Amino acid sequence: MTKVIPYQRAIGRVINSPGNQLVESVKTKVFAVLCLLALGAYLAARHWSRPAERARRGVTATHSFAPEFSLTDLSGKKLELSSYRGKVVILDFWATWCSPCRAEIPRFVDLQNKYRGQGLQIIGISLDDDPKPVRAFYQQFRINYPVAIGDANLAERYGGILGLPVNFVISRDGRIYAKHPGEVDLRLVEREIQSLF
Amino acid sequence: MTNTFYRNSIITMTALCTLVCLPVRATAQLFSQVATIESDSSTPQTIQPEELAKIVQSSKGDKPLILQVGFHVLYQQAHIPRAEYIGPASGAEGLQQLRKRIAALPHSQPIVLYCGCCPWSKCPNVNPAYKELRDMGFTNVKALYIADNFGKDWVDKGYPVSKGDRTSN
Repeated sequence: MTKVIPYQRAIGRVINSPGNQLVESVKTKVFAVLCLLALGAYLAARHWSRPAERARRGVTATHSFAPEFSLTDLSGKKLELSSYRGKVVILDFWATWCSPCRAEIPRFVDLQNKYRGQGLQIIGISLDDDPKPVRAFYQQFRINYPVAIGDANLAERYGGILGLPVNFVISRDGRIYAKHPGEVDLRLVEREIQSLF
Repeated sequence: MTNTFYRNSIITMTALCTLVCLPVRATAQLFSQVATIESDSSTPQTIQPEELAKIVQSSKGDKPLILQVGFHVLYQQAHIPRAEYIGPASGAEGLQQLRKRIAALPHSQPIVLYCGCCPWSKCPNVNPAYKELRDMGFTNVKALYIADNFGKDWVDKGYPVSKGDRTSN
């Protein structure tokens, strides 16, 4: 036989007494509190797990300015980062033979189409040894943003590009908001640029 | 009424647990997929960065010929001391340069290949270079196992690094 402790008996009397309006009221409130706690926990988890939410806190002075550069793109035009001040920039270091880089290019083309009107500018910096395959790739994949050939000097000024791909998300005022070394879920990059528009 | 209260409470708590646990489960699945991919790519005989770093730093013993089959900008920024630049072995030019470099060497020559461009399972350069050397009859070839990239798995570990050009002979 189960031993019933006195306080359990007391609680049982209160809870089980039929028609007790006070108990019903307490139960309703407890249930409401539980629902609110669940909702609160869910919203908090979403808030702290979404980079876009973090991004809404804005780009601050702690974000360093992206190093300026002046290159010539594949079409022979001058390509300067400073000329894109006022736009949100994705700066993508890549190479034609790099399979994770190749997988990202069509997504970048889509992003450029989708957000051109909102002020997105993607810039590709190829680290291929030879520009010939880059030109072929550029046409084959119908890349709709400027691409230039980079060098070690530029790579070092961006903290060293010691693996590929690496892309930087740069705010309208030219600060590096995020650096993504390696293959990245571009949905994350998309949320970041949305937060910077 | 009491039963309804408990049932609603249980439903609420279950929903809460599900919301919290789903992202954790998704992350765990992602990591298990990565582990599967990495365990499949075991074709070349590998050497770990720590082991190669000891060999490079040691003043004793014969040193292997170290060939970088990745991209030039990476080599110029940082490479393993005494490593020679060959170029991306995923392309015909890189393989040609590799054949040219090792043409006069004995087949017993210890050679270490490395790239460092990308995670091991996605590197397009090491496997073709390794296969080329094996097909040519070289018996003492190893590929440096770079789990992520050269920056993370070599430079950031504090292993010795040289900069600038030092092309193959």
